[in-house]
Amino acid sequence: MAKGKSRGSTEINASSMADIAFLLLIFFLVTTTIDQDKGILHGLPPWSEDEPPPVDLREKNVLEILVNANNQLLVEGKYMDISELREITMKHISNNGKLPNFSVSPDKAIVSLKNDRGTSYDIYIQIQNELKAAYSELRDIEADKLSGGNMTYKQISDCADPLNQDTNDKEKKQCKAWKGEIKELIPMKISEAEPENVGGE
Amino acid sequence: MGRINKKKKETPEISTASLPDIIFILLFFFMVVTVMRKNDLLLKVDTPKATELSKIKYKEATAYVFIGEPTDKNRDVYGTKPRIQLNDAIRPKSAVQPYIKEIYGLVPDGLKGQFIVSLRVDKDVTMGIVTDVKQELRKADALKINYSTKVKAVE
Repeated sequence: MAKGKSRGSTEINASSMADIAFLLLIFFLVTTTIDQDKGILHGLPPWSEDEPPPVDLREKNVLEILVNANNQLLVEGKYMDISELREITMKHISNNGKLPNFSVSPDKAIVSLKNDRGTSYDIYIQIQNELKAAYSELRDIEADKLSGGNMTYKQISDCADPLNQDTNDKEKKQCKAWKGEIKELIPMKISEAEPENVGGE
Repeated sequence: MGRINKKKKETPEISTASLPDIIFILLFFFMVVTVMRKNDLLLKVDTPKATELSKIKYKEATAYVFIGEPTDKNRDVYGTKPRIQLNDAIRPKSAVQPYIKEIYGLVPDGLKGQFIVSLRVDKDVTMGIVTDVKQELRKADALKINYSTKVKAVE
């Protein structure tokens, strides 16, 4: 009986298929590096041989941030922790002339950043991140007003991208107009001074 | 009748016939998302974390500049000071300008306006070398840069 049964089944044994697939899977799991191409976007000023015009740091429209080689922050002459930076930057930009030592209006506000050649890159990125966060929070408020609470500044900016295929021309035009308006209201003016070499690298 | 009932009550084995299919689906997923590393890194590049991130949309229009300390293996050759890596070789900072121009030349015409330089810098590096590279980029007229970072979870 048993012999007859085994002779009758001529199917190919497929149970090892799973093992083969598992081996391949493990190979790809190990070699995979999901490439995260994300980061902080930053614009550089065009190169010029001339000395840049000096920024008057005593001017009230300028928020002065200094970072030394020990990664300590001095904001408007006061020692400050990096966690307070976002708040004070927002206060500075959206001051509208209320406090005497902050900016007159958001479109006139400037953030001046000067670091040392010995400042760590990590701190530099944290500062850039906080400044960006401050600006984008304020821009989001404006975007909220313009779009009636539907869109953030980032969404508007994405939708205005001429190479974006998810939006049609009409939407693009609208988003572009909004984007221009917000940029005019709250321009991101971050001035970076040439770093000094006090603390050594 | 009784016999048929008895057969139905027996606990059936769980069929494993679909297991290979499931594994294959997983396999295809990983095959598709896998990016074989293009550049062999000679430097330790552990980028810092940040929250305000933008994504680089067009990889064809991106030039990569790596800055970091040489890895343990390469320390005998290149020392311990932070260095610059372009493509798969460690280069002096004077090589940054010609490299950027070369990559810019390879960008397809429709994407020239989207040209961006991705700076992959180790978090333990000091700003001195980064500033030098930034100056070189300004000279090369590559004004859009992206400080490559990891995603920091928002509290």
